[in-house]
Amino acid sequence: MIATIIRVSLLHLRRDRVVQAMTFLLPIAFFSIFAAVFGGRGGGGAEVRVTVGVVDEDRSEVSARLLGALERETGLTVSRVVKTKAGELPLDRERARTLVQGGQLDVAVVVPKEFGKSFPGFAPGGPEIELLADPSNPIAPQMVLGLLQKVGMTAMPDLFARGSIDVFERYAGALTPQQRAAVDGWEKGLAESAQKGPGKDGKAGSGAMAGGLVRTKVVDVIREKAPRTGIIAFYAAGIGVMFLLFMTSGAGGALLEEAEAGTLERLLTSRLGMGRLLLAKWLYLTLLGFGQVTVMFLWGALVFGLDLWSHLGGFAIMTVVTAAAAAGFGLVLATLCRSRQQLGGLSTIIILIMSAVGGSMFPRFLMSEGMQKAGLLTFNGWALDGYLKVFWRNAPLLDLWPQVLVLCAVAVVFMAAARLLARRWEAV
Amino acid sequence: MKPLLVTLAQKSFGDTVALAGVSVELGAGELLALLGPNGAGKTTLVRAIAGRVRLDGGSIEIGGRPADDPGARDALGVVPQEVALYPMLTARENLEVFGRLQGLAGPARREAVGWALGWTGLEGRAGDLVKTFSGGMKRRLNIACGVVHRPRVVLLDEPTVGVDPQSRERIYEMLAVLRHEGASLLLTTHQLDEAESRCDRVVIVDHGKVVGEGTLGELVERLFGGRRAVTLTLDRVPDTAVAGLEMEAGGRAGRALLDDPVEDLPALLARVRAAGHEVEDLALHRPGLGAVFLSLTGRELRE
Repeated sequence: MIATIIRVSLLHLRRDRVVQAMTFLLPIAFFSIFAAVFGGRGGGGAEVRVTVGVVDEDRSEVSARLLGALERETGLTVSRVVKTKAGELPLDRERARTLVQGGQLDVAVVVPKEFGKSFPGFAPGGPEIELLADPSNPIAPQMVLGLLQKVGMTAMPDLFARGSIDVFERYAGALTPQQRAAVDGWEKGLAESAQKGPGKDGKAGSGAMAGGLVRTKVVDVIREKAPRTGIIAFYAAGIGVMFLLFMTSGAGGALLEEAEAGTLERLLTSRLGMGRLLLAKWLYLTLLGFGQVTVMFLWGALVFGLDLWSHLGGFAIMTVVTAAAAAGFGLVLATLCRSRQQLGGLSTIIILIMSAVGGSMFPRFLMSEGMQKAGLLTFNGWALDGYLKVFWRNAPLLDLWPQVLVLCAVAVVFMAAARLLARRWEAV
Repeated sequence: MKPLLVTLAQKSFGDTVALAGVSVELGAGELLALLGPNGAGKTTLVRAIAGRVRLDGGSIEIGGRPADDPGARDALGVVPQEVALYPMLTARENLEVFGRLQGLAGPARREAVGWALGWTGLEGRAGDLVKTFSGGMKRRLNIACGVVHRPRVVLLDEPTVGVDPQSRERIYEMLAVLRHEGASLLLTTHQLDEAESRCDRVVIVDHGKVVGEGTLGELVERLFGGRRAVTLTLDRVPDTAVAGLEMEAGGRAGRALLDDPVEDLPALLARVRAAGHEVEDLALHRPGLGAVFLSLTGRELRE
């Protein structure tokens, strides 16, 4: 008896390729994608490379050596210039701030005037290096902060030593001529050693002195403009877009239910044609999607302090185009699938993959370069970029044009595909 | 001008010929039954009239206009076999939706919906969700949604399938009202008794062709002339065949067609007795639609 039931189940499994794929291929696909997203294997760039702009206001030997050493760090892409229509311009504090706010740079390092004179910072006071950072990316400033301490010591051990002796002399009295000669020789050796770079073991030198001797402070260039927006905006957008896709694919499935129930046949024998039917469904789903995302952001504003009110224009634009594209997505899937069951399986797979790669579950800027680029192939990636521009970067509405253009194009392509696929329900 | 005129309709799906030159006429106020075994081409013909199948050849005219003419479409009402309603809408809302889709607006739509609710006897349930309705009520509303715009020609695909006799009677009363108001009805059914007793004429299709057409009397006369059918019930299932008697498979009932009952019946009864059987029951009648159908298609309708 038991064997008979097992045999029946196996026969069903053998004849249902969708179930086979869901059982065996889907877990492998998900494992691979999540491993790539969170494990840093995305093809075309296994490491997260941080883009850093450097501004040298000090123009001292200290700042030159410090920033030079920073440029040699392999985990960073360091730039001293900004490309504009007028050509390349040297980075200054304001340009760097704008680039970080706009997301073109992860972090900007500004070495202020007089920094070199007070280096190393054994004594309190004195100017600090400023790290202009976007708090939506908490890893990049911490990484650069650590590297600054490291290169401060490994690239300038002689300057550290000189600073130490200066402090010693200030509190213990001047060195004798013999002591001074010995210290000068030691400092020279340290400087030469720093010029040679890392040793055979790959280490740049001792890290024993790490502990904030390169005085640095992190400056949040986003919150200073919009103090109440934060990570909540990211999650509202991420979760909102993911559930928008779930909603539209589910609601789009009403088309399949109507086909099964016979109401579609009845509709198509009336004055209504397939084109107008799809258009009506698309408008409805767009409206519903707009409502869904609006409710989520309103909740975020009321309960979590999300600053919706000062971003209403950008929110409305992004939500309309995102809902329109998501509505097209739902209709494409509904017209592609032959049954509600197929739609449920396929939409879940696609939405979870797009959400993982596109950044709904994990910020794209923390992914490897390859995965960041892959994210641009997803619906979520473009939608989230737009929402982050609005809520995080306070970008002007005109800056949203790439996202708006892509999402509008996606909506048009999806609707065209849905129209073609829906021909199977038309007169034969 | 005929309300519906199908002329030499042809349609193939790949190598399968669904319609091989079917011609059908529907007269004004007529109730015409379209019969045929499964796969005969009935559904294809009905869908072609409804504009859901494009013919390879032939033509369809509704009220003298080509079937794809918008005016022709407005003159046509289609009632599908499935209960194609929105269960989460009320009866009134369903009627309004399908009325709108058929071009009704404003007071005309309100008047039509009111008429349909009265016609179906659902005024008292107009505001209830359709999902709470009985099967018979859903069937009635299903028909109403197809005719809410008061078309001149109505296609009904198995309108009484799965309903109890009382509901069936109610549905035929509704159809009688439509006919009285001048609509012409074409219905497909597997209920031979309904077709025989309710319809003016029948068209029988098989293998994509019309194999018989006319009133029941005409068909019987054409096929059987003065012959009569006799049905015998024997005392037990016969071991051997009785000449001239076609037995029901595994049963005690058999039937025969008699050219001259007065002469042929005694001879048949004698053969039964000679085979060792007694006759428990006997009925003599004119051949009905079942016999016509069997004679024309070689199959029972349920096949």
